[in-house]
Amino acid sequence: MLCFKLAWRFVIARKRPMFLSLAGIVFGVSFFVVTQAQTSGFEKFFIQTILGTNGALRISDRFQDTYGTVEQVDDDGDTRFLFHSREGSLYHEGVDQPSLIRDALDDYPELLGVSEIIEGSAVLDTGFRRKSIVLNGIRWEDHLQSSDLNNQIIQGTMNNFSSDQMGVILGSRISQRLGLKIGDRVSLVGGTGNLHLRVSAIFESGVSQIDKNRIYIHLITARSFLGSSSGGSVFQIAINEPEHAPGLAVQLQSSLNHRVVSWQERERVWLDVFKALRFSSAITVSCILLLSGLGMFNVFAILVIEKTRDIAILRSIGFSRMDISAIFLWQGTIVLVAGITIGSLFAASGTYLISMIPLRIRGIFSTDSFVVNWDLNHYLWASCIAFVFVAVATWIPARRAARIEPAKIIRETL
Amino acid sequence: MDCSQKNKMMPNGSMRVENLFHSFSEANGTVKVLNGVSLEAKPGEITSIAGPSGCGKSTLLYLMGLLDRPDSGKVFMGDLEVQNFEDDERTKARNHFIGFVFQFHFLIKELTAIENIRLPLLKQGKDEYSANQKANELLSELGLESKAQRPAYKLSGGEQQRVAIARALANSPKYLLADEPTGNLDSSNSEGVFELLDRMAKQTGLSVILVTHNEKLADLSHRKYWMEDGRIVI
Repeated sequence: MLCFKLAWRFVIARKRPMFLSLAGIVFGVSFFVVTQAQTSGFEKFFIQTILGTNGALRISDRFQDTYGTVEQVDDDGDTRFLFHSREGSLYHEGVDQPSLIRDALDDYPELLGVSEIIEGSAVLDTGFRRKSIVLNGIRWEDHLQSSDLNNQIIQGTMNNFSSDQMGVILGSRISQRLGLKIGDRVSLVGGTGNLHLRVSAIFESGVSQIDKNRIYIHLITARSFLGSSSGGSVFQIAINEPEHAPGLAVQLQSSLNHRVVSWQERERVWLDVFKALRFSSAITVSCILLLSGLGMFNVFAILVIEKTRDIAILRSIGFSRMDISAIFLWQGTIVLVAGITIGSLFAASGTYLISMIPLRIRGIFSTDSFVVNWDLNHYLWASCIAFVFVAVATWIPARRAARIEPAKIIRETL
Repeated sequence: MDCSQKNKMMPNGSMRVENLFHSFSEANGTVKVLNGVSLEAKPGEITSIAGPSGCGKSTLLYLMGLLDRPDSGKVFMGDLEVQNFEDDERTKARNHFIGFVFQFHFLIKELTAIENIRLPLLKQGKDEYSANQKANELLSELGLESKAQRPAYKLSGGEQQRVAIARALANSPKYLLADEPTGNLDSSNSEGVFELLDRMAKQTGLSVILVTHNEKLADLSHRKYWMEDGRIVI
């Protein structure tokens, strides 16, 4: 406690250099948190969008196993093991027996919702304009369990759709392109012929490729239009812990004999881009903290030189080498704690202000302002990095201070 | 150091050095500073060590005060042979049994007068209240009670030196090692400091070892040594 009190007095007596050290840490911590809040905010928002639109897992084509080419044969001629190889497997498009798959999926309690979808291509025709689209035949009650479609609806309601067997939900860009409003009639051309549909709702996922190409109609209507009585479906699945999707995908693929793709695999390109951005900003801001650490090292190295005589005096009145080190380490700790506290307050304010900045983005997600992620881990990481730099910046001068021989200093001072 | 440890190690009696040798390594080679110095400083007395500059007086004082280690020879605090103490034991011995006063007061300028005096007591583990009480007693004894809360750097030279003496006496040491304590003071302040040390020595049985250039003060001491070229000549 005595060492802490002395450290405190030394810190407040050197306002200017300590303020500069403090400013470095405040600046570094707040920048670290703000940049991480932005990059991870956009990443998280993107993940929410794709999970809400395409689910965490998608079960698609069935494949046929081919037996492995390696067999372990013992000396007695018995086969010890053989393995299934999926290299060069033959794939059959879609899920050909969806009811069996659905029954099998009931054994997985981690699944939140399972939606059977039949996909196909067609042309929407208003009489004046035509547009190629991807139709998704869904059972609306199932699809709401495995997607965020209800919240993506920007015009009309889900009730309109559920009560109208010939209802259609259009992507927002399709409705703009074709000039369609709720209640308008539109023809679906292709498949087995023409279908006359009524616009029940318009959705906007934020993913431009989906908003300008996708429509939802009822599964039965879609099957009839595509001429597919049962097969050719895909399953879209929502799960409790989206982070565990890759493991579950492997498990499902192995037991269902169908290709199962997790959202991480499906969106790898974008996820890698976000990851690279996050690392890049973390490295950049860590450099600011490193520079702060170097500045602080300078301040403390000079402080040790300035305090050489005081160190000799303290040693002569019974302070040990460890006490002397502690005085300097406490000074670093005081600046560090103040820096992290003030830096975190600045970071929280900065993050809030940035989230208020208007920014219209359409493409991979839809937002009208900066998206930020409030995550305590950003603060913890910033604190840890600041701690490491400050620890090194103060430990070296503190060690040097502890090594000072009092007799030599006093003799040289006289 | 708890009470039992302190009592076990408590030195009782004179401070003695026997046949002390010390040298410094410099760029030009080794410089011999002490060449077999022996002396004794008794309790309740002022022992002065005088001599020309560079004769090794201060070095001798730092060896006696366990701030440095001799090349050879022995340092006794009472019956306790201390020259080979480990760093930790030397630190504790300085905190409990030795007080230092230097030519330049060497106060911690960020602290007030009373805070400087309290330092050795708080380091010993005394609580704030008893440390304050003791520090106030010393300030009062030295006529500095009105300056207790004044920052060290705002005190005059004489006041700073008296605060430094108070700090050296705060831990009730057995030995007070003073290196030219009056070197920066005028004659009246010098005599005042000497009288104070003399009074403390008589009142508390303190051994005062005084390194000085001031022959008048050296003559007033109970015991006087004269050093030349690292040797005691008188």
